Amino acid sequence: MSFKLFELLLQASIYTVTISVVSILIGFAIAILLSGMLLSQRSHLMLPARIFISFFRGVPLLVQLLLIYNLLPVIGINVPSIVAAIIGLSLCTAAYQAENLRGGFASVPTGLVESAEMVGLSPSQIFRRIKVPIALRLTFPALVNEAILILKASSLVSVVGIVELTRMAQDLAGSTFLPLQLFASAGLIYLVINWIVALAGGLIERRLPGVPR
Amino acid sequence: MSFDINAILDQWPAIVSGAGVTIMIWILGTIAAAIIGFLVAVGRQYGGLLLDKVLGFAVAILRGTPFLIQIFLVYYGGPFVGLSLDPLPAGLLGISIYGAAYFSEIFRSGFQAVPRGHIEAGECVGLTQGQIVRRILLPEMTMLVLPPSLNMTIVLMKETAVLSIITVPELTATLSAIGSQQYAFVEALSVLALFYWVLVELTGWLGNLAETKLSRFRFFNA
Repeated sequence: MSFKLFELLLQASIYTVTISVVSILIGFAIAILLSGMLLSQRSHLMLPARIFISFFRGVPLLVQLLLIYNLLPVIGINVPSIVAAIIGLSLCTAAYQAENLRGGFASVPTGLVESAEMVGLSPSQIFRRIKVPIALRLTFPALVNEAILILKASSLVSVVGIVELTRMAQDLAGSTFLPLQLFASAGLIYLVINWIVALAGGLIERRLPGVPR
Repeated sequence: MSFDINAILDQWPAIVSGAGVTIMIWILGTIAAAIIGFLVAVGRQYGGLLLDKVLGFAVAILRGTPFLIQIFLVYYGGPFVGLSLDPLPAGLLGISIYGAAYFSEIFRSGFQAVPRGHIEAGECVGLTQGQIVRRILLPEMTMLVLPPSLNMTIVLMKETAVLSIITVPELTATLSAIGSQQYAFVEALSVLALFYWVLVELTGWLGNLAETKLSRFRFFNA
């Protein structure tokens, strides 16, 4: 396999990384909203959040992507397929991240919240200065894990015609008859990207302040 | 927008057959993955340093690459190394190997969570290695590996949809074909999503029920 082919794979992997990063960030924003709804203790907020999470965790991502890609034009929304792909990935990761965040909020030591009340912080101050930073610290490892899962899952957006790493390997394999080399190379690139993410995540995690008990 | 579900449901024999293939791949794939995963975990735990490193490397590769890439390697790359498989066996092989990597980690953490003291106590009263594994290690780790195993079973259920890409005649492939024939893609995909949603929720519910029933067998808190 020539270096030219490998270079094409590397170029396509930029799409893989971009789609994944954008989806993780949008998913995180939606997840904050969802976990807020779950923790609100009000059934008209909790129920929609629960159904959303149950659906996006219970249906295969491939089916979600196909459904969103085909549904959007039918209900009169015409967006490029890359947008449909990012919407699909974001909604799916939001469901998983919301569960993580809820776990994080639930694990904030009650003693810390009580002492914040003692020194006279308002509920909104307690939320912003105590609960959010600690919940984020607690869920950071899960977030890194989710980033790796999304990087791998982004290979599925190839089915809606986006030429990211997997689709590029597939196209090149069809034209060069080198499937073994091309798919192995694509796998290697995924492996390296995920390894970098895990390594960076570990480095950042060590620099974050610990959670007081 | 007209939502005509009858155009899809008229094709029920094909849908039932596709659902059957999906469930068959899921069950066979999960059983194979659990067995291979258990053997890998045993190999890594008791097979010496070299075997541990080799198997650990393979597991890291399988966990670090997308399932779709692994399936492509088996199905399109296989013939180049003398392994020509039809879509269905290729899919089964792919899902078993992929699942085995995760199951091996589940079993390995189960082995390691059993307190040393329990095994030493078994040695003290003169049990053989085989007896220690059968009477102490396996029963004690069962409750520990149950929840993550259940989770993995559900993950593999959902991964079966990916096999439609290499034309395994499971439900996703069947309903996509019906959807394009009948010009009712959204309807077909809605039926598909509902099928998976119900099956995943049902599996999770049954699993939790089993976990509660079995919780009296919990030997220690972990």
